[in-house]
Amino acid sequence: MNMSTNTANQELGTSRVKRGLAEMLKGGVIMDVVNADQAKIAEDAGAVAVMALERVPADIRAQGGVARMSDPDLIDGIIAAVSIPVMAKARIGHFVEAQVLQALKVDYIDESEVLSPADYINHIDKWNFDIPFVCGATNLGEALRRITEGAAMIRSKGEAGTGDVSEATRHIRTIKSEIAALSSKTKDELYVAAKELQAPYELVAEVARTGKLPVVLFTAGGVATPADAALMMQLGADGVFVGSGIFKSGNPAARAAAIVKATTFYDDAAVIAEVSRGLGEAIVGINVNDIPAPHRLAERGW
Amino acid sequence: MTRVGVLALQGDFREHLAVLRELGADAVAVRRPEELDLIDGLVIPGGESSVMDKLARSFGLFGPLQAAIAAGLPVYGTCAGLIMIADTLVDAIAGQQSLGGLHVSVRRNAFGSQLDSFETDVDIPALGEPPVHAVFIRAPVVESVADDVTVLAALPDGRIIAVEQGPLLGTSFHPEITGDTRFHEYFLRKLQTSS
Repeated sequence: MNMSTNTANQELGTSRVKRGLAEMLKGGVIMDVVNADQAKIAEDAGAVAVMALERVPADIRAQGGVARMSDPDLIDGIIAAVSIPVMAKARIGHFVEAQVLQALKVDYIDESEVLSPADYINHIDKWNFDIPFVCGATNLGEALRRITEGAAMIRSKGEAGTGDVSEATRHIRTIKSEIAALSSKTKDELYVAAKELQAPYELVAEVARTGKLPVVLFTAGGVATPADAALMMQLGADGVFVGSGIFKSGNPAARAAAIVKATTFYDDAAVIAEVSRGLGEAIVGINVNDIPAPHRLAERGW
Repeated sequence: MTRVGVLALQGDFREHLAVLRELGADAVAVRRPEELDLIDGLVIPGGESSVMDKLARSFGLFGPLQAAIAAGLPVYGTCAGLIMIADTLVDAIAGQQSLGGLHVSVRRNAFGSQLDSFETDVDIPALGEPPVHAVFIRAPVVESVADDVTVLAALPDGRIIAVEQGPLLGTSFHPEITGDTRFHEYFLRKLQTSS
């Protein structure tokens, strides 16, 4: 671990400090932004944090090409524009992009399948950093492998840039049901479970004992409406990432504020109905089933 | 039995509920104005203060919360919760309001970015030995206090991180995520003396 102690005997970059920031984001909405103007709109709408990236997933999908970490000038501009936490995406395995983002003093790094992977074998060794990482996962084994590598927060992947929530639903349901299945296993069965999950036994045993991941679990990928966000919360997410769904919609500020409210009152249909009125056009979207498998972002990372 | 509410608009309210229940309190989540009538004290958790402020105002909770604090409701704020009960905010986002009641000025994100977040041991005479292991996450500090505010703890450089004023208690850090329950016990004792 990279944790260090400063002259005032304060420990920096500890697991507790890294995981702790994610704890404080719970019940909140983290919004994708590509520039300072969007970041300000997100903050004013009640985002709990913003995620800086070069292009929102819907544009990455439409335009193709290699998607990378944002320009440092844009990230600096976003940090200057808002006082809520700023996250930024690095490519899977691109530990130098992560070093750059740490040097820019963002608050969290997303090692993200939404960008083009820089390494098809290894993820970033996240213990090497004082800055916390969030990583995507489609199932429990993937989540536990990312935590083993040092991720301090997990988000289910969904299928970014589609406006189709079905994959997000599938991934959060999968992770939750795999955790529930672990809880009912005996100790000898957990050894086999660890083998099948391709994750360390100690971590698998901890999840079986506590009935939850040792880090915060958000959902992402295709959330476009207040009801989508509430669906994720009712399925057991700690919070929600919204990407293209906001700034590819007709009225980003109103939609963003409505999704924030629906995330807090996720179990109150009257509130969700009220905030869903008059939001204008949602992201047009693409059905995940219409996307050929090789173009599905969720299949990046392993 | 004493019933304690935890403001559950956003943040780590589940951790506070768990600590309070572990201590035997009847702890309930509070998101609606009418729920304020049912509680003897309130914890405002860590989270993003600007989001809690917006949600409290959108859902008609802001005014009733202010009224309850003015009427003497004991409130314990951790991190964002401390910001919420401070009279004056420094480095708030445009338009951000606090409930007020605690006669202090609080600076948001006083230590810098997440890279400057830290944990350390802090001596808190009011809680005795051992020192409290305190976790600071993009934490605020108290920059100035009125005469009726008691400073419970400061860092070695003098920055104030825990304060008390009658029924109000505030800490820059997060006892709810360390397993040290002394601050919550201290707050629950306040409820018993005030009810």
